[in-house]
Amino acid sequence: MSTSVTASPAKSAAPRLRTPRRKHTPGKPKRNMLLTVLMGLMVLYTVVPLIWLVINSTKTQSGLADSNGLWFAHDFALWDNVRDTFTYHDGIFGRWLLNTLLYVVLGAGGATLLAVLGGYALAKFQFPGKRAIFAVVIGAVAVPATALAVPTFLMFSKMGLTDTPWAVIIPSLVSPFGLYLMWVFAAEAIPTELLEAARMDGAGEVRTFFRVALPLLAPGIVTVLLFTTVATWNNYFLPLIMLKDPDWYPLTLGLSAWSNQAQTIGGDVIFNLVITGSLLTIVPLIAAFLFLQKYWQSGLAAGSVKE
Amino acid sequence: MTTLQPPVAAEPRPAPPPAKRDRRSWTGWGFIGPFVVVFALVFLAPIAYSVYLSLFRDQLIGGNQFVGLDNYTRALQDDAFWSAVGRVALFLVIQVPIMLGIALLVALALDSGRLYGKSFFRITIFLPYAVPAVVATLMWGFMYGTKYGLVGDIDSAFGVTLPDLLSPDWVLASIGNIVTWEFVGYNMLIFYSALRVVPTSLYEAAEIDGAGQWRIITAIKLPAIRGALVIATIFSIIGSFQLFNEPSILRPLALNSITTDFTPNYYTYSLSFNGQQHNYSATVAIIMGVITMIVAYAVQLRGMRKGA
Repeated sequence: MSTSVTASPAKSAAPRLRTPRRKHTPGKPKRNMLLTVLMGLMVLYTVVPLIWLVINSTKTQSGLADSNGLWFAHDFALWDNVRDTFTYHDGIFGRWLLNTLLYVVLGAGGATLLAVLGGYALAKFQFPGKRAIFAVVIGAVAVPATALAVPTFLMFSKMGLTDTPWAVIIPSLVSPFGLYLMWVFAAEAIPTELLEAARMDGAGEVRTFFRVALPLLAPGIVTVLLFTTVATWNNYFLPLIMLKDPDWYPLTLGLSAWSNQAQTIGGDVIFNLVITGSLLTIVPLIAAFLFLQKYWQSGLAAGSVKE
Repeated sequence: MTTLQPPVAAEPRPAPPPAKRDRRSWTGWGFIGPFVVVFALVFLAPIAYSVYLSLFRDQLIGGNQFVGLDNYTRALQDDAFWSAVGRVALFLVIQVPIMLGIALLVALALDSGRLYGKSFFRITIFLPYAVPAVVATLMWGFMYGTKYGLVGDIDSAFGVTLPDLLSPDWVLASIGNIVTWEFVGYNMLIFYSALRVVPTSLYEAAEIDGAGQWRIITAIKLPAIRGALVIATIFSIIGSFQLFNEPSILRPLALNSITTDFTPNYYTYSLSFNGQQHNYSATVAIIMGVITMIVAYAVQLRGMRKGA
């Protein structure tokens, strides 16, 4: 991957982004078997739960109970489980999936847009109140998000927003981390002279932003979008307090509701569906990270550039 | 844990001074304005509102009454609150060093260039970050099970009796394992990104001077990524103090071990949503926020002083 990091769009866009390294011909480090084996153990720790999840989503409820956790049961029920997950309770799982997509598109998409605009402003403009904004935003990052949740809930409930999608979407719109990353990235990736030249040619601020700045910010935007997507897709606490109506649940909240169902008296025990639903929940994100890795890794690297 | 975790190592550098210093105008506000408006609505207003709430008490008779700092006095003497604080403090003192230590070792191993299949390791170890806390906790919760879980399988396969990982003695460690599993790869990536930008020429110069690998790590690599180490530590501390998702999702499997005041956050949640004590809940949240900020600030001061 080291090659794709340096060969990323960021590189061509902003040659100053990093100095080429690792040419290092004299004394090139020797590959070490022991170190590789130790890392293999670490990978094992990482993937065993995921393998467990894949294997157990092929089992029926009874197969789960009487087979070894790390091997298949005699019955292979993956497709039945997937079908049942989507049809159980009038197909509520599909509804949760659509809700999650809605929250991601509006929440993570909006958060990324606001972060890109704000980061660009902080990196490339001098304006009154800039220092104050920086201080307040960085200070706010240290405030536990969960400490804000209760007052936010009470505020939103007075505004009549609780139990509506807006209660989940609006708080997702702010990503101080996204703002910070875009700021550092924009400062590196957009040469100020280029902006001056565009203005000199008579381009307005909006046109300059879209035609000159935006293309240069692409790797940073992908990175921020991916991380805000994870935050929204995986969000649990905010929907937990804001939503009562299961019709508005995201996947995370729905899965925990299915799991808790087993504890209620007379509740339908559907651990096979909880497990299959969990698998279906993580597959899209893992796929996104794998397919987009060269973009987000170069975006992250830009955030840690030092002189 | 939420979005608020910059995987970044360097302090933000001030933007390079524009060509003309007097280009100070309000144009920038056009771009940052939308962010500021929403930020004020979902960050500043709730903080102000919870400070306001913490000064009142909602009574059956007499309604909402101003009580000054009474709620704070009550919280400072509240055993349930302090035992929850003690629990997350214990968690943080043990789990955070383990998680960050492993993350650092993995990052150094990746950076050493001595691994076969480096990119495979990097992406695989990072993957749990994409798994929601709900799914991670459900998976591990099932695996912890002594009856049907992996622990039960091991017991019956080897004829041993492993401790019940969901019992009160073990549940905090079990939660620590889940959190470690979720975030080790993420922290590894922060450290690794920081290590990548250390100029190789430094290592070459050190090697010529006769420095061994260990010396290069302690004298060059660790100081170079100190900023990343401090930031990761601060965000892990904040994360520990905020612990809620894992215990609350694990609770149905471990009813005897996880109480609804297990962590400070769980306590504020229960106060507000099961006990309807919104004012007291806001007070506890504020105290916890202040404690978090003090600890984070202390770590930052210490971390920055070391190399100064």
